[in-house]
Amino acid sequence: MISFSRVSKRYPGGHQALNDVSFTIDSGELVFVTGHSGAGKSTLLKLLVAIERPTGGSVIVNGQNVGALTPRAVPFMRRSFGLVFQDHKLLYDRNVYENVALPLQISGFAPRDTARRVRAALDKVGLLKFETAMPITLSGGEQQRLCIARAIVHRPAILLADEPTGNLDADYALEIGELIRSFNQVGVTAVIATHDQTLLSQLSPRVISLKQGALDTGAAA
Amino acid sequence: MKAWLAAHGRSINAAVTRLAGAPLGSTLNALVIGIALSLPIGLHLVVSNLQAASQHLTSAPQISVYMALDANRSEVAQIETKLKQTPRVANFRFVPREQALADLKNSSGLADVIDGLPQNPLPDAFVIDADDGSPAALEALRDEIGQWPRIAHVQLDAMWARRLDAGLRLGRLAAVGIALLLAVALVAVTFNTIRLQVLTRRDEIEVIKLIGATDAFIRRPFLYFGALQGFAGAIVCWLILAAAVYLANRSLGELSHVYASLFQLGFLSPLDSFALLAVPTALGWLGAWLSVSRHLSAIAQ
Ligand SMILES: Nc1ncnc2c1ncn2[C@@H]1O[C@H](COP(=O)(O)OP(=O)(O)O)[C@@H](O)[C@H]1O
Ligand SMILES: [Mg+2]
Repeated sequence: MISFSRVSKRYPGGHQALNDVSFTIDSGELVFVTGHSGAGKSTLLKLLVAIERPTGGSVIVNGQNVGALTPRAVPFMRRSFGLVFQDHKLLYDRNVYENVALPLQISGFAPRDTARRVRAALDKVGLLKFETAMPITLSGGEQQRLCIARAIVHRPAILLADEPTGNLDADYALEIGELIRSFNQVGVTAVIATHDQTLLSQLSPRVISLKQGALDTGAAA
Repeated sequence: MKAWLAAHGRSINAAVTRLAGAPLGSTLNALVIGIALSLPIGLHLVVSNLQAASQHLTSAPQISVYMALDANRSEVAQIETKLKQTPRVANFRFVPREQALADLKNSSGLADVIDGLPQNPLPDAFVIDADDGSPAALEALRDEIGQWPRIAHVQLDAMWARRLDAGLRLGRLAAVGIALLLAVALVAVTFNTIRLQVLTRRDEIEVIKLIGATDAFIRRPFLYFGALQGFAGAIVCWLILAAAVYLANRSLGELSHVYASLFQLGFLSPLDSFALLAVPTALGWLGAWLSVSRHLSAIAQ
């Protein structure tokens, strides 16, 4: 499903964020990308959804060479992903419902389907009663769950999360971990960048470990 | 189809919300656009009305040639021959002084006064149609005939209407020129409004781009905003003109009691009204399109 072969990424400033990284991820896997801050975890995720392009090697997702997509094709490729960000990236001038509806509106779902799916997603993350609340009135953990609802509402095949528990207390982090587990159990491929050890022991996933932009083969894989 | 309608409905809704969210700015923009537009469109209206009025006056420009009062028959005959030999005179009609007096008697209701005159005060006259109706040609012909013997006076009829017509053509040109300049200005104003919007919504645009929005999806609410702003300006312009024509006709109505004239200003035809509303709308859309396209590419990913 996902295949990195000899992928390198050098940023315009000259910094080598990824260096000759190869691995594959099968459909339905739960994979953690770990490593210290600056190891290249975020960069790896960005390459998957063409936020950044590799400077060497190829990133293949569902048979598509993501690094070579035309700008026109990028939005459609992104719709097969659900994205969860450490800083949520919610739209604070829209309410909870509208935030979750956004991916469906982008994909052109009919209003009735949209309503049904948004409620299902909100129910799943336990925010159904906040439908009309504004995101700013939610706690950090609730905002992160909202972000997850938005990521999975269009039932993507792959869930990408960049430090999803980064800013959260332990209890909230556990909730997020359980949500990730439940999506993975129904067949969603999940790729999570994190250095949260609790999350790691909670989910016991496959681990891809990065060290200064290269695969850290010394660590468990 | 339903989803497509819903998507456009949402964009229009978002655009209206943005307009209503800044009522002062939106109102000012609509006023500026509307007032500016009413300048050339108002000029166009005035010109159209005057042109319609002057049309029938200019249709047959004629030259009246009056003989001296004491000119005798043979002198009149001499002029008649000269007129026949002048190729620029298409045709002419002789009005003997007796007939002129009879006409005046019949038409003016001054029969008693005229009967009491010791002698006929009117001269013999010719009414000429020129083959070239341009003001310059008519004036040249007038000056030439004026040199002939025993001619007291040569007059260009409806010459003022011709002049007016030429002036009106200039007015129409000016209206078109101003309209074109304002079209550019409208595009520029919209461009700038949308530029500011894109900048303040930069984060939002980045987020929806990340979750798979196409450029067309991102552009849509801005395009509707630009179109709506142009439309609002056009409505303001239409209202200004409608009010101006209404007020003018009310004063003209009072005047018409005095002069028994039924002259009333015509308003824009339905087609003109449609164009007045449609063109600024389209220009607003264009300005927004140029602006979003340009500033979208500056936003990463
Ligand atoms: N846009 C960028 N331009 C230049 N350097 C960058 C950029 N993004 C990340 N980097 C650098 O690349 C390295 C890897 O960054 P990142 O992938 O964010 O690491 P991580 O997510 O593991 O902390 C870091 O040294 C970072 O400074
Ligand atoms: Mg990171």
